[in-house]
Amino acid sequence: MYALDTVDLEVKSGEFLTLLGPSGSGKTTLLMAIAGFNRPDAGSIRFADTEMILTPPHKRDVGMVFQSYALFPHMTVSENIAFPLKLRNVETKEKKQRVQEALDTVQLSDLGNRNIDQLSGGQRQRVALARAFVFKPQILLMDEPLSALDKKLREHMQIELKRIHEQLGVTTVYVTHDQREALTMSDRIAVINDGKIAQIDTPHAIYNQPSNQFVADFIGESSILPLTLEADNKLSFSGQNIRTDVNLNSARQWGLLVRPERLFVADKNSLSIDEHLIFNGIVRDFVYQGETAYAVATINQSYELAFRFGTDASSTEHMMQTGDEITLGLNRHDTTVIPLEQIDQS
Amino acid sequence: MNEQSLKAQEVKEQWMLLGLAGPAVLLIFAIIIVPVGWLTYLSFVDSNGEFTLEHYQKMIEYKSYARTFITTFEVSILTTLICIAIGYPLAYFLSVLPPRLAGLFMLTVLLPFWTSLLVRTYAWLVLLQKKGIINDMAISMGVWDSPLKLAHNLTGTLIGMAHIMLPFLILPLYGSMKKIQRDLMHAAANLGASPIKAFWQVYFPLTLSGMVAGSLIVFILCLGFYVTPAVLGGGRVIMVATQITAILENQFNWGAASALGVVLLVATLVILYVASKLFKINSVLFGKD
Repeated sequence: MYALDTVDLEVKSGEFLTLLGPSGSGKTTLLMAIAGFNRPDAGSIRFADTEMILTPPHKRDVGMVFQSYALFPHMTVSENIAFPLKLRNVETKEKKQRVQEALDTVQLSDLGNRNIDQLSGGQRQRVALARAFVFKPQILLMDEPLSALDKKLREHMQIELKRIHEQLGVTTVYVTHDQREALTMSDRIAVINDGKIAQIDTPHAIYNQPSNQFVADFIGESSILPLTLEADNKLSFSGQNIRTDVNLNSARQWGLLVRPERLFVADKNSLSIDEHLIFNGIVRDFVYQGETAYAVATINQSYELAFRFGTDASSTEHMMQTGDEITLGLNRHDTTVIPLEQIDQS
Repeated sequence: MNEQSLKAQEVKEQWMLLGLAGPAVLLIFAIIIVPVGWLTYLSFVDSNGEFTLEHYQKMIEYKSYARTFITTFEVSILTTLICIAIGYPLAYFLSVLPPRLAGLFMLTVLLPFWTSLLVRTYAWLVLLQKKGIINDMAISMGVWDSPLKLAHNLTGTLIGMAHIMLPFLILPLYGSMKKIQRDLMHAAANLGASPIKAFWQVYFPLTLSGMVAGSLIVFILCLGFYVTPAVLGGGRVIMVATQITAILENQFNWGAASALGVVLLVATLVILYVASKLFKINSVLFGKD
């Protein structure tokens, strides 16, 4: 049993790459291997073309923001940030200037003399970040740096981190289990599951063309409907043809991925079979959530389809009721076909 | 609403808390404050009950007193240093062990703690004396030729005292080491600190409070130590406590004995005060950050 299976990952220079996966998927193990804190049984870690796998962590020149921030409690904010510079024998004047620049970048210009225990969670996070990039490392690693912050601050820091990344242009590998965070910040996302990379692509592609059921399930909300493979090697769902570019030759089950927000409630007669997939069903659950409403319909008496639609001031809390008959439409260009995993016996 | 009832409840709770502390306060008063006050009084009166500074003057006049104090501080400082030298690596070792093993090893550190001080001291005598186990074994194995003088001198005293004092240093030190997050050491390495630099710039400063607390306890306990220097010192290591006993046994001079005790007490308090000024008092006494 390995925490990390064969992983082949290439991070482009200057890129913001996120390792996204559920807890225990191996994403932190991978990050720790890059930083040099754990020793893989075999493999290669190269920065540019230099083999680093035998290099001890203190010679790797990698900046890391820890989940716990790991700020030195016996040093002030400035001393924490100056620590890597001191180790690199940067002269006093330049050191001072670079510490101040780093403080400015994370918008803590005046807090240099504070002790660590005088800082709030968000401020600590910024100090940890400043300390990690002040020595201009080749790579910046971040291990769930925002997980200890409350939701509002977390969302603010996501934008902030993205800004700082653009400003510094440093190659960044970011670990999170929060898919929204990954979608917000990344140039590319590597979805990790069971110690393997399930898919690596841009946020847009990961969301819209997940290459397997795990990614489809893990990212965003989704309903997956099982498709029938017809004799003419075409897919269909309850008699409606599904067009796809996916190569269907491999013998396996296929499913239709439906994102809740792509479905729309429609009048039966306004939909055309050429442009739309049409689902008739009965509302099973309905929840008003403020900016959107979320509902689940049962179609063909057996499948569940979640859908979400925008609300406005005139929409009421009970605009839909359990048991209502409903017709849902989906634009044909919004259809995504994914291979289904082998069905478990359980 | 209900202000008065709530206030009354609060007052009642405070009285109850005070009531709980009552017996301890009484006990401390009865067995510490009163006797120490009495001894202090005795040190300032002569055999006729008149006020005198004679006992303190003698202490300055006679060289033997000064020698005793020097020996006392010497032995205490050396014991503390030996404890640090042995205890720091040991506490570190304990702090990195997995919890179950750490418990087991901690037991071996604490086990001697539960044995009588006298028994342990005489056990060391059996090991260290001229025809003792260590000399016999070393000679039969050819490590050294003639018996080394390990007991009845300073060496024996230090060995015995360091052994007895070690747990007092290890416990607070272990506590402060346990509190250091692993991430901190990772961060130090990540930022470019070699293991040695990471130790001196991050690890050691964070264990300082525990080390100061432990050292202070060891040092202060050493100042008043009697049994071990008396037995393992073989009359050659005269510490203040030994001298006090001698004065009482030979001269039955309570005044002189009390004066010695008072000076030792004052010296201890001065050291505690200075230490608390140099380090935060909390960190000194409780090993807190």
